[in-house]
Amino acid sequence: MRTIRATEMSRYGLLALAIFAVACAPSAPKGAQKSGGGATSDVAIAAQKTYVAPGDLDEYYLFSSGGHSGQVYVYGVPSMRHLSTIPVFTPYPGTGYGFDDESKKMLGDLTWGDAHHPALSETNGDYDGRWLFINEMNGRVARIDLRDFKTKQILGPIPNVSGNHASAFVTPNTEYSVMASRFSIPIPKGTVAGVDKYASDYKGVITGVKIDPKSGEMSFGWQIVMPPFDYDLGDAGKKASDGYVFFTSYNTEKATGKLEVTASQKDRDYIAMVDWRLAEKSAAEGKGKMIGGVKVLDPKEIPGLVYFLPCGKSPHGVDVAPEGKWIVGSGKLQGVTTVFNIEKIQTAIKNKNFTGDEDGIPVLKYEDIKDAEVPVGLGPLHTQFGPDNWAYTSLFVDSAIAKWKLGTWEVVDKVPMSYSIGHLSAAEGDTVSPDGKYLVGLNKLSHGRHLSVGPSQPESSQLVDISEEKMKLIYDAFTEPEPHYAQMIKADKLHPIEVYSKEENKHPLAIWDVKDAGVTRNGNKVLVKMVAVRSTLTPTDFEVKAGDEVTIAITNIEQTTDELHGFGLLDYNINIVVDPGETKTVTFKAKKSGVFPFYCTNFCSALHQEMQGYFIVR
Amino acid sequence: MRDFLKRANAFLDAPLDLGPRVMVLAAALALIPTFTSPLYTMTMFAPQYPDGLRLFIYSYKLVGGNNGQDIPEINVLNHYIGMRDLVSEEFGEFKWMPFVIGAFGLLFARTVVMGKMTHLVDSLVLYVYFGAFSLWSFGYKMWVYGHNLDPKAAVKVAPFMPPMYGYKQLANFEVYSYPALGSYALGAAAFCLVLAFFLAARRARQAPAV
Repeated sequence: MRTIRATEMSRYGLLALAIFAVACAPSAPKGAQKSGGGATSDVAIAAQKTYVAPGDLDEYYLFSSGGHSGQVYVYGVPSMRHLSTIPVFTPYPGTGYGFDDESKKMLGDLTWGDAHHPALSETNGDYDGRWLFINEMNGRVARIDLRDFKTKQILGPIPNVSGNHASAFVTPNTEYSVMASRFSIPIPKGTVAGVDKYASDYKGVITGVKIDPKSGEMSFGWQIVMPPFDYDLGDAGKKASDGYVFFTSYNTEKATGKLEVTASQKDRDYIAMVDWRLAEKSAAEGKGKMIGGVKVLDPKEIPGLVYFLPCGKSPHGVDVAPEGKWIVGSGKLQGVTTVFNIEKIQTAIKNKNFTGDEDGIPVLKYEDIKDAEVPVGLGPLHTQFGPDNWAYTSLFVDSAIAKWKLGTWEVVDKVPMSYSIGHLSAAEGDTVSPDGKYLVGLNKLSHGRHLSVGPSQPESSQLVDISEEKMKLIYDAFTEPEPHYAQMIKADKLHPIEVYSKEENKHPLAIWDVKDAGVTRNGNKVLVKMVAVRSTLTPTDFEVKAGDEVTIAITNIEQTTDELHGFGLLDYNINIVVDPGETKTVTFKAKKSGVFPFYCTNFCSALHQEMQGYFIVR
Repeated sequence: MRDFLKRANAFLDAPLDLGPRVMVLAAALALIPTFTSPLYTMTMFAPQYPDGLRLFIYSYKLVGGNNGQDIPEINVLNHYIGMRDLVSEEFGEFKWMPFVIGAFGLLFARTVVMGKMTHLVDSLVLYVYFGAFSLWSFGYKMWVYGHNLDPKAAVKVAPFMPPMYGYKQLANFEVYSYPALGSYALGAAAFCLVLAFFLAARRARQAPAV
């Protein structure tokens, strides 16, 4: 009897325990996607797909923006190995960028820039591997030459543009790179008006930066004054939509203050559609009025220059599909992304089917111009493309990527991202001929996915295999802050040099023989011509007087791959790095007297330590 | 003895038949590639130089691989052990060698035209001497480069002889040294001359003594 009761009791106990277990919250969400455990074959496949054996090369280059670090980071895909850093808007002692005269002059007074959207140069809408353009928020655009992976030009700050976020997108033959204001201000810069005058006195500005087709040299093209909305992102039309550039905008409420509320009142904001060929023509005809030193076009006076396409609430990305017919606009506070049809837009314009205007810019009717609202998921931001009409949209709120089809508008697959994906970059995924194969999600949060490194957490870039029907997450990489957008180009499209040939060096202070090295004085200006070659910096010592202006011109006369030499001057905050065959100068005042060692900072050879000397200031 | 000298004179005066003359002409033509192709190539591999450093030695110039960049690179490396720079000016051979090869071309042509055994013997003997001297000269040059090391050099190495033919490990470098097309052409010319001589000699012996 007692034993029976004991059994019953333990039975009840088990039941209670079971109820308790059921009521307990699970320790991980549904679909928690840490690898390991059951999915061994998937893990093995992923490992095989991303493993690039030592000595082997990657298939694609990924140029990732460095956000407020101001740089561009180069990764190899599929290994996701960080290959190099291209300094653009911020000094980088690693390559001496921002320390020598030329790069210091290029940076100007700004030693910081918020680099957002890299844009590879294009020919007929396809990457041609010549240049990479990248914008930054202070109204500048930079050009990196992919022949040597070096920043060659920084244009700007361009007058009137404020908060240059919707940039550096290029037109299909790299005629223009574009800029636009995210933070409207009274123009020209320096004009003061209180925020109570926002709707009337503040202006948004769109700019076309002209690009020389041969040299890539950028110059001011044209500028358009716009209503004070926040112009956010852009993309140039191609093929069917060639000739237009599209910009999303939020805060069409023209509100101020707490924008997260005040700018989220309307159900629809606008995509601005700009006819850039008409802008180019109007500027050439001398139209517009001078503001801040440049001619600015007014859409009120030039019919057809700009149209507004209503788009779902506070749109972020606008992306033109490969054939150019469809334009995908993503309202970030919605659950759908809208696909517009350029033919419908053109018909509506022809029939003047406008619902009204904004500061003289005609507004088209949403219902007239859209082909579909695709239920991709919550918080759609950006869309990239694959072959066969596949589209991939990043979902910030859902923290996932949705795969869907242009034409049938079917959403067929989703892959979770860790966590909160912003942009995404598919292999040549914004060109007229996307490759498919790989997609990188550029995520804002990464907590728990890596060894903890303290409160300043790295960003994450996750590699997704899109070669099959189902998308598969195959690699987690942790990238330098902060990847906004990236461009992925087939490696065989680039043919970088590895040394600057002697013949190519046209620097007036270049010398190629150790015998020519030496010091010359002209008044209080001292010129030091220096040769760097394994393993001596010649002259090995030199003297100046306190107060002299010293220019050191260093030529690295090596012609061998990877034989870089540095010149670090202690206590003078100077470190420059000279590539093989290159000449760089550094000019400074010899303020402090004393004996200052200089040495080669970039390890070069077995006798690298001996590559040193003394700078003596009397 | 007199008889021997008489026979020798007769042998040397013997006219050359068509076969030997064609062979001598071939020897003259075989010299042409020495003006367009290197005589020797040296190739050096090290872990840091997986693509190798290459040196092409012509009869009149020194050419480096990788668009000429390998010579400055070899010199940069050699300066650590105190070896003299490889510069074309230091090779006296580059001045006389193309001239001498040209002269041999003319001498062979003369043999073809004048057509006596004595001309052929002149060509052959002088050519063999030239070949032997050139080889010695090349070897001696290598010996001097490997032994005349600056005593103040950063890295002290024992004097060494670079390989004349084949492979040798020198410090971290695998060094390969092989004759190139130009040398094979010189060899082919020698072969033609020897063949011409044997053809002519057989003919001369068969011919009745005068």
